[in-house]
Amino acid sequence: MTEHAEPTAFAFDAESEAKITSILAKYPAGKQASAVLPLLDLAQRQMGRLTGSAWIPRVAMDTIAARLDMAPIRVYEVATFYFMFNMQPVGKYHLQLCTTTPCWLRGSDDVVATCRKVTGIKGWKETSADGLFTMTEVECVGACVNAPILQVNDDFFEDMDAESTEKLLEALKRGEYPKPGSVKGRQTSAPEGGPTTLTTLNFPAAE
Amino acid sequence: MVKVTVDGIVVDVPPGSNVLQACEAAGKEVPRFCYHERLSVAGNCRMCLVEIEKAPPKPFASCAYPVNEGMVVHTDTPMVKKGRAGVMEFLLINHPLDCPICDQGGECDLQDQAVGYGRDSSRYTEAKRAVKDKDLGPLVKTVMTRCIQCTRCIRFSAEVAGTPELGATARGETMEVGTYVQKALTSELSGNLIDICPVGALTSKPYAFVARPWELKKTDSIDVLDAVGTNIRIDARGPEVLRVLPRLNEDVNEEWLADKGRFAIDGLKRRRLDSVWVKRDGKLQKAAWTDAFEAIDAKLKGVSGDRIGAIAGDLADAESMLALKELMAALGSANIDCRVDGAAIDASRRDFYTFNTSIAGIEEADAILIIGSNPRREAPLVNARILKRSRAGRLPVAVVGPAADLTYAAQNLGDGPAVLASLIDGTHPFAATLMAASKPMIIVGQGALRRADGAAVLAAAWKLAAEVGALSDTWHGFNMLHTAAARVGGLDLGFVPGKGGKDVGGMLGGGVDVLWLLGADALDTARIGANTFVIYQGHHGDAGAARADVILPGAAYTEKDGTYVNTEGRVQRGQRAIYPPGEAREDWKILRAFSGYTGKPLPYDTIEALRARLEAVNPVFARLDILPRFGCTDATGPAEAGAISGAPFVEAVPNYYQTDPISRASPTMAECTATYVAPIQAAAE
Repeated sequence: MTEHAEPTAFAFDAESEAKITSILAKYPAGKQASAVLPLLDLAQRQMGRLTGSAWIPRVAMDTIAARLDMAPIRVYEVATFYFMFNMQPVGKYHLQLCTTTPCWLRGSDDVVATCRKVTGIKGWKETSADGLFTMTEVECVGACVNAPILQVNDDFFEDMDAESTEKLLEALKRGEYPKPGSVKGRQTSAPEGGPTTLTTLNFPAAE
Repeated sequence: MVKVTVDGIVVDVPPGSNVLQACEAAGKEVPRFCYHERLSVAGNCRMCLVEIEKAPPKPFASCAYPVNEGMVVHTDTPMVKKGRAGVMEFLLINHPLDCPICDQGGECDLQDQAVGYGRDSSRYTEAKRAVKDKDLGPLVKTVMTRCIQCTRCIRFSAEVAGTPELGATARGETMEVGTYVQKALTSELSGNLIDICPVGALTSKPYAFVARPWELKKTDSIDVLDAVGTNIRIDARGPEVLRVLPRLNEDVNEEWLADKGRFAIDGLKRRRLDSVWVKRDGKLQKAAWTDAFEAIDAKLKGVSGDRIGAIAGDLADAESMLALKELMAALGSANIDCRVDGAAIDASRRDFYTFNTSIAGIEEADAILIIGSNPRREAPLVNARILKRSRAGRLPVAVVGPAADLTYAAQNLGDGPAVLASLIDGTHPFAATLMAASKPMIIVGQGALRRADGAAVLAAAWKLAAEVGALSDTWHGFNMLHTAAARVGGLDLGFVPGKGGKDVGGMLGGGVDVLWLLGADALDTARIGANTFVIYQGHHGDAGAARADVILPGAAYTEKDGTYVNTEGRVQRGQRAIYPPGEAREDWKILRAFSGYTGKPLPYDTIEALRARLEAVNPVFARLDILPRFGCTDATGPAEAGAISGAPFVEAVPNYYQTDPISRASPTMAECTATYVAPIQAAAE
């Protein structure tokens, strides 16, 4: 774990508070600790919204612990268990690169190399000098049919290769945000270039 | 009961037991790391594998598998052996082979079980993982690479100590046990983590690299650094006490020991009084025993009995207190007192000053009111029992006294005794809670009694106990929590002012001309009259010795056979583990020798004879170790004396780590004070 500055205070803002109310309402009294995961997610999103870096500082975990009447260590345990919670600051665009077998077979090495080349990031969990990108190696994100996957924050960019990766990162650098999904224009996980089976059947047109 | 067959042996076990308990009932040893009978079941080490007939054909973790009627269990089949060997091989993958430099060596569960259930060599050639050590404060040393992640320490700190600070962060290969935020553990029971850790990941910091278990001479004794009477084992090598471990006693300490009793022992080697000192020309000088006796004898010759007094301190054994009491009687003095702190304890009836419910009895209570006490600091193991009861559910606890974190939910009713009146007349809401309870407990601490209106508070507390039905034929819910190991013993043998005798307050301020302090340091020595001749008999150069005219070096609790009565009134005996240093002698022998010198010999020459005398003085001393539970036969309370003031209660133990001459001399306890107490005190100012 790298050293980083921890903020000294954290409080949920009005937008988060509104969501907390509805989250807590889902659990019976005395079982509010069940809300620890949604609250951690809220804290991370709020940090992303307010500071541009979606991570969970320790004070935020302490705030959640006090809010849910849990020992702080119980919140630390949950937060550090899940890979999706960032325990240190990340860039504006969190590049989560899947390198598990299907993505790797489909060329995730190229995607990784291109990310390194464009952002100048050397190791995993590091942030680029301009603060825009953080690269994280992740396990299977569950979209193998569209491998390789580059997940940027919450969005999947699919069917990546070196070229499309470079294009995507340059666009992000310019402040644009391309449409997520298959960069080859596939409709979800359907075959490239339209259907290849059942082409002779004449289905009634969808309403 | 459920009938279970283990390796052909049929046993009956209570429903809800697990298979591991059934195996133990059958006398079959089952290896385990994560399972601990006093903690919740984790089932994550997988070492306790057994085979169960008519169940899926796979090994089962016996600790986490409930028994069924007619279950047939095997602990010695090839499948079980292979399974355990496999688990052991996995555990050893990341465990370093540093046994020769590991403090757990020789008493390590992993070592023993690797011999018993493991393979002879490792097939693992890859790099082992290494984990950064954690700083858990001055008491617990960590070598986290050795951790096998059994999570016992995590469960102990949450469930028994009530300070959930340890946890397992991250996961898989990167999972680590620690506090995550690098802070010292704030528990008074943290030393027990060392005992429950099955490997050498958590070891004793002060004991690091000191000794191997087989070098130590083990002596059973009783802890005297609080009034719980924890059963301990003293491990000594040569003239040195090297460590103290708890012994099992379900009724008192279960298998735990508070940190002060465990770690204050390095104070036994420092600031010791190991020779006789006599003040000559205004300066204390080393002298022979006969010189000291001569000086005392000469002083006593011209003093009448009512100008002589004696005070017995917090660590005194019952034998020496009786010898001193009878020496004083022989000298014609009734000025004796063991309530060093001036607490208004009524010694006229035993249930006025003991913890009548008993420590184990706390588990039956269904409402508790604590008056003027912080049990977490005064008796951590009593507090742990309350926590245990509290975790079992539905236990309303309220405190009258300074607000404190007791590790369980407790309502604060106010910081002074003013609220007692409304509790007694039933107008306070908590009075209804106590009334509704079938086994309510009232716990009165020394903080409630060490004050001018102490007697009135005591009377009010008793009255409240009577009002809420805590005093019945079958349940005695009035409890006094003591802080000194000597106190109940002293009260039992009548070490209180005789007819016309002066108490501590009367003896100070020039009330007597000769004052014999038997290890009495917890008093304000500046209040002793300027012309009072002070004899200090004790083992540490503390407050009392600093004011003394004659110092008689005595023995600490590890250096003498002694009888102690804990706060419950349980009579227990400690044994000598090592000899007193230098000229120091066992305390009763010093008193016996002086009585001979001064021509009024006490009628006992052996400790057996002295103990026989002790039993004659009070038959309770004949009832060793056991404590019969009794109800309250007489609800008449202590005499009411005066009005209750509105002044807030003051904590009896402001600093848990330094309460007596031994812990004040201990560098480890000084470090704990600097770590835990100083920041709080600084913040309060």
